[in-house]
Amino acid sequence: MRHRWLAAFFAIALIAGCARAPEPGVNDPYESTNRAWFDSNLRLSSAITGSEEAPGETTPPRASPFRRALSNVGGNLGLPSSILNDLLQIRPARAAENTVRLVINTTVGLGGLFDPAGAMGFHGRRSDFGETLHRWGVGEGAYVVLPVFGPSTERDSAGLVVDMLIDPLRFVLPAPEYGYSSAVRLGGRLADAAEYSDLLDANVINTADPYAQARLLYLQTRRYHLGVEVEEEIIDPYADF
Amino acid sequence: MAAAAAAPMLGGPAAALTQAQANELIGRVMADVQGIINSGSSESQVITRFEQLFTRYADVPTIARSALGPPARSASAAQMSAFTEAFRGYLARKYGRQFRRFAGAAAEVTGARQVQSFWEVVSTITMRGEAPFEVRWHVSDRSGQILFFNLIIDGVNVLAAERQEVGSMLERRGGNLDRMIQDLRQAG
Repeated sequence: MRHRWLAAFFAIALIAGCARAPEPGVNDPYESTNRAWFDSNLRLSSAITGSEEAPGETTPPRASPFRRALSNVGGNLGLPSSILNDLLQIRPARAAENTVRLVINTTVGLGGLFDPAGAMGFHGRRSDFGETLHRWGVGEGAYVVLPVFGPSTERDSAGLVVDMLIDPLRFVLPAPEYGYSSAVRLGGRLADAAEYSDLLDANVINTADPYAQARLLYLQTRRYHLGVEVEEEIIDPYADF
Repeated sequence: MAAAAAAPMLGGPAAALTQAQANELIGRVMADVQGIINSGSSESQVITRFEQLFTRYADVPTIARSALGPPARSASAAQMSAFTEAFRGYLARKYGRQFRRFAGAAAEVTGARQVQSFWEVVSTITMRGEAPFEVRWHVSDRSGQILFFNLIIDGVNVLAAERQEVGSMLERRGGNLDRMIQDLRQAG
């Protein structure tokens, strides 16, 4: 009985899957829930940044010193976690560069307020446990939109939870300070988002289907940074006709 | 498969295009882009010049047809030419504005590789004090001229994004191509 029910479920899922136009690289079974979170995240971010849909506004936002500093400090506080993941991925060169950044920016850069390491050419590279899982052979799973955090995948959301649990700062800083550091990191992310708000407006907010564009942009950039090449995503328009 | 079948009709194998030719095109495109964004021109001038740049260096009819996808097959010649025209203007507005961000950046061709029937030319863009990123240009001579037909900006496939956008626009208008073309003239 139970098997029959399952078989029916899979048959329906198969039909539903076939009915949808084949979109290479999009695995989004939770689309309706995702769309709801996407909309609520957008409302939240426009409430925080005060940005409105303003098609007339076209000048790129100027980098304010405060935003830049917040972004720097937040980024610096994220480095120990990146270094740990670099090591888990057995990538000593990346771990070394991120360590150089951490040391220089924490000391010469006054606790990460400034980015002298970047000026010297050590830009480093953010990493996370989602990337570590990828490196260990875990596929990305379905696309998900998380509350507050935004676009992710099943694998990367699992990575996010692990990152919170194994963050080296958690073991170094006492409880209240660790809480402040998390808040500053979140602030840094928001400052980054504000810095690129014009790009978000042009490529996501002001499009016909912001949800679909955000999904496409997220998955493409994420795969690109992980070094995943999806053969079927290469478009050769001369082969089509 | 389709590519192999179509190649003889279009005259000459894809290998006719050399890496040096593809690199040369992209070198010129980037020099022109820098000329435009560093000129201090007004936004509307920048957009006009981007439109001219697309006409000169990009295979806009092919990009437009690919962005439209299957509906292109049932569109009339008049609709296709109207769509191509509207799409060119839309691209210039949307990307011309965004490219102004890269004023003052250094850009150089740093590599190339053959992908399927075309060349992917890799360029590296460096803004002062920021980590460099890559823009990859897809170049082909299958139109009869050496032109680019897609670019991948820091991992974002522009043609894939525009396929999505044009598809959504059409869907929102119940598949009415004429209405979509009309709205595309204002979009971007």
